[in-house]
Amino acid sequence: MTLGPTLLALLQTALTIALAPLLVGWVDQCRAWLQNRRGAGVLQPYRTLRKLFNKDAIIAHSASPIFRASPYVQFGAMALAAAIIPVLGNGPLLATSADTIALVGVFAVARVFAALAGMDIGTAFGTLGARREMFVGFLSEPALLMVFFTASLLSQSTQLPVIVDVLAHRELTIYPSLAFAAVAFVMVLLAENARIPIDNPATHLELTMIHEAMVLEYSARHLALIEWSAALKLLNYAAIGLALFVPWGLAAPADGGLAITLGWALTVIKLGVVGAALALIETFSAKLRIFRAPEFLATAFLLAVLGLLVHQLLGS
Amino acid sequence: MPVLPWSSQLIHLGAALLLLTSFAMLSQRRVLSLVNLFALQGLVLSFSTAAVAYSSGQPHLYVSAGLSLLLKVILLPWILHRLIRRLNVHFDSEPLLNIPTTMLVGILLVVFSFALSQPIAELSTSVARSTLGIALAVVMLSFLMMITRRKAVTQVIGFLAMENGLFFAAMSATHGMPMVVELGVALDVLVGTMILGVFFFQIREQFDSLDLKHLEKLKEE
Repeated sequence: MTLGPTLLALLQTALTIALAPLLVGWVDQCRAWLQNRRGAGVLQPYRTLRKLFNKDAIIAHSASPIFRASPYVQFGAMALAAAIIPVLGNGPLLATSADTIALVGVFAVARVFAALAGMDIGTAFGTLGARREMFVGFLSEPALLMVFFTASLLSQSTQLPVIVDVLAHRELTIYPSLAFAAVAFVMVLLAENARIPIDNPATHLELTMIHEAMVLEYSARHLALIEWSAALKLLNYAAIGLALFVPWGLAAPADGGLAITLGWALTVIKLGVVGAALALIETFSAKLRIFRAPEFLATAFLLAVLGLLVHQLLGS
Repeated sequence: MPVLPWSSQLIHLGAALLLLTSFAMLSQRRVLSLVNLFALQGLVLSFSTAAVAYSSGQPHLYVSAGLSLLLKVILLPWILHRLIRRLNVHFDSEPLLNIPTTMLVGILLVVFSFALSQPIAELSTSVARSTLGIALAVVMLSFLMMITRRKAVTQVIGFLAMENGLFFAAMSATHGMPMVVELGVALDVLVGTMILGVFFFQIREQFDSLDLKHLEKLKEE
């Protein structure tokens, strides 16, 4: 059965894309519980998506084709990323054709198109959001690359499946450099996914919003795609974090059916824990002023570089 | 890659955490959090001293570990907390450089001290010799903190953090200084902090502020 691994990888990617809104729903539900609210349930993002897909789209008169194409490009980029990252099992679809550096590039494509679409209509809010998005992006991208380089130095490869394989099958040792990288990665995750210290995902009213300001002009199916790709982005980042720092249990296609099923279950549990932790972080921290964002991201970059340096000095 | 014994891994972890707390102190604006971070650094230091003691089999290092636990985690932070409360200086200490720039300078210092300590560490026979670079970096970062802050309390904390770095450097290069020297240094640090505490009150009485730029004027108007 030569098609087996490919089919499995396809199934895993499809499942990843389908399950992405569930993670957002779970994070929102956890936040609601922490704030003593009942919450809308973990399936709320799916209801929102259905509602948006059933509506008629309204597009501004001055919109160019970029504005129409951007949601599809963003969703496509995130789906592509989901095919590169070992989310559910360690045999992603495009394992051999794209490494971590290409992955950062894929994220950058999505960001550039989101920013272009934000500026396309010419409203003040859209431009403001786009500029801020690029501002956050250019600070977080080097930090993300440094995190990848630390893991790559440890495993001698920039291919995510190889990194996962090496890190999961090592002897049980403490890597201080990985601990630094992990903290840096969490900070990048918060900044990139418009979570609380940098941006508030639940706001539509403040002058401080970043992501929401960019997508203000979108409606119906376009907005649905953007929300879905944002959810997928969060899932992708969480999966990268899990793959780099807690890679145990991700099954390769050759491991057999039981290991793969166990790997899926373990991943779902790990993602649940990540979601709850994210909600906890968001509840306990306050939103930073936008001019404090460089400080936050400089710290992330610094931690990632320290990880690299400590690896060079201590060899661990 | 070769797998190190557990105690060496713990030493490396402790060294890395020490570097991390140094950077956390460098980026911290609030004086009270700074004192708490200093206490945390003391805790990490005492933990890695114990790890070195275990892996090198030197019993006197356990005493140093206990001493730094007592002095740097409990006594000094308590004194500093009391000083801050009595001086009523819960202010944000405004650094001279902005924080991201300070961090970048900090990274350069770390690279510099790692490069500098490489040949020295080759000469040492200690189990913790590879952490000498980190110890040097902690000293450098504390220097940087003293340079970029202008309030008296933060300068004293920078000074104490530098002593932490020196202590760790001595431990990683030669398994610690002789006990007499260590006891003497511990006493000096304790008494020094108390005297500087008295100085704080004098400075404030003279200038109505703890800002050290007032001390730069040598003449009376």
